[in-house]
Amino acid sequence: MKKPVSLTQEYIKGLWEINPIFKQILGMCPTLAVTVSAINGLAMGLATTFVLVFSSVIISSIRKIVPSQVRIATYILIISTFVTIVDLVMKAKFPELSKALGPFIPLIVVNCIILGRAEAFASRNNVLRSFLDALGNGSGFLIALLVLGSIREMLGTRTIFGVQVLPNQFTPWMVMILPAGAFITLGLLLGFANAFTKWQEQKNKKSVLVR
Amino acid sequence: MEEKIKKEFEFTSSPHFHSKYSTGTVMWIVNLSLIPAVISGVIFFGLYQLVIIFTSIFFAILTEAIIQKILKQKITITDGSAFLTGLLLALTLPPNFSLSATAIGAVFAIAIGKQIFGGLGFNIFNPALAGRAFLQAAFPVEITTWTAPNYSVQSVSSATPLAAFKYDKVLTELKPLVVGNIGGCIGETSALAILVGGIFLIAIGIVNYRIPLAMIIGLFLFGGVFHLIDVTKFPPPSFHLFAGGFMLGAFYMATDYVTSPYTPKGMWIFGLGISLFIVIIRLFGGVPEGVMYSILLMNSFVPLINRYTIPKPFGMKE
Repeated sequence: MKKPVSLTQEYIKGLWEINPIFKQILGMCPTLAVTVSAINGLAMGLATTFVLVFSSVIISSIRKIVPSQVRIATYILIISTFVTIVDLVMKAKFPELSKALGPFIPLIVVNCIILGRAEAFASRNNVLRSFLDALGNGSGFLIALLVLGSIREMLGTRTIFGVQVLPNQFTPWMVMILPAGAFITLGLLLGFANAFTKWQEQKNKKSVLVR
Repeated sequence: MEEKIKKEFEFTSSPHFHSKYSTGTVMWIVNLSLIPAVISGVIFFGLYQLVIIFTSIFFAILTEAIIQKILKQKITITDGSAFLTGLLLALTLPPNFSLSATAIGAVFAIAIGKQIFGGLGFNIFNPALAGRAFLQAAFPVEITTWTAPNYSVQSVSSATPLAAFKYDKVLTELKPLVVGNIGGCIGETSALAILVGGIFLIAIGIVNYRIPLAMIIGLFLFGGVFHLIDVTKFPPPSFHLFAGGFMLGAFYMATDYVTSPYTPKGMWIFGLGISLFIVIIRLFGGVPEGVMYSILLMNSFVPLINRYTIPKPFGMKE
């Protein structure tokens, strides 16, 4: 038996330890495609978190009655229900944002983070833990998208959330709002994340030795 | 006994033949051979270009030093490779380009183009061209704003010969193309100045003749075919040869040791491939010039080319 994980840890781990973007490298497609601005990143993150949380809770609560042969189909059905809700709500309430995100809202159905958490966590744990896990992973995804979107928007158009942050003398780097900018920024962020993890491990090792 | 054998025969792993040049010597000779190109840039576009060149070199070296310091590596800024990257990058920029953008390009070239892969010898793409490609994508307007050369007869026109042909079907005569008093990048306009440096490098054995020759042959082959198909629509191969960045690309960019194949057969494939892409991009692409993208594209094929063109050892069957 594994050591039981505390409930707070269940949430916290999604933020950094198993962050979907920086550690699991999942859901790269929406990450690269929609993060041309901070608001897009935020919207995508919130939409994904919503779907992730509700589908995880439902999947966890019916985990014992779903035959394992048809579980993937069942998961997809549940996930797509919530994606449809998000899609329709966004179309009705935030038409501009919905237009900006385009096909990537419906594509949340096939986002590997959601199916990954359903398969790896929600189908094996109780409802409360699944809820916290989904919320944590969603928050981690949201943070990563927000950071990526902010960096790209800042360098590409001088603004963050439409508010100018860089002076007019700064010539915007067009490349940052192009796909190439997404790859460069994400690659650098992943590189820094890995370097930080390595540095952390070394520090831990040293402190163990000192003790 | 064993001592004696050790003394008389040196036991080392291959390679057993060493070049007389060290990396540093090669790089500095290449830097020196670019002096004619720098001079031509200054003559045609004014002394300010020296400031751009200096900025580019300074930031290239600075970035290299900082990254090597952070990664606790040996600092190798005196071997001239960062200097060369900065110099080549500056020569491919338009005259009077903004200094801050030059600095960004130089930092990108060294940091992302070279050091991220592990430094000199490990980079997949030519660092100077990677920096240039980034600037092209980041500042598409600034990098295509051309200043007319000082001593040009028609100094009003500032379009490059390639752009003039692509958009207005105006064919520039050969003489200005060779001499260099045309619109274009700082160190690319004068084919003559680059040829002087390039042939010097080939003569002393630093640059292998195969890649430039293969590129020129390929250009005449592919460019010539299209010219024969429609004489009015497609320019003659001689225009392709002297216009734009072909000369600098052929002698300095494509022949970069790290990012070009090391097998003789591979060099021919590499050169011909670059020319094919240059012709396709120049004739049918959305942009007038394709040397940079062609070389970067073929750079990514280099590991594959190397793998399939390993020379057969003497006496080996099949």
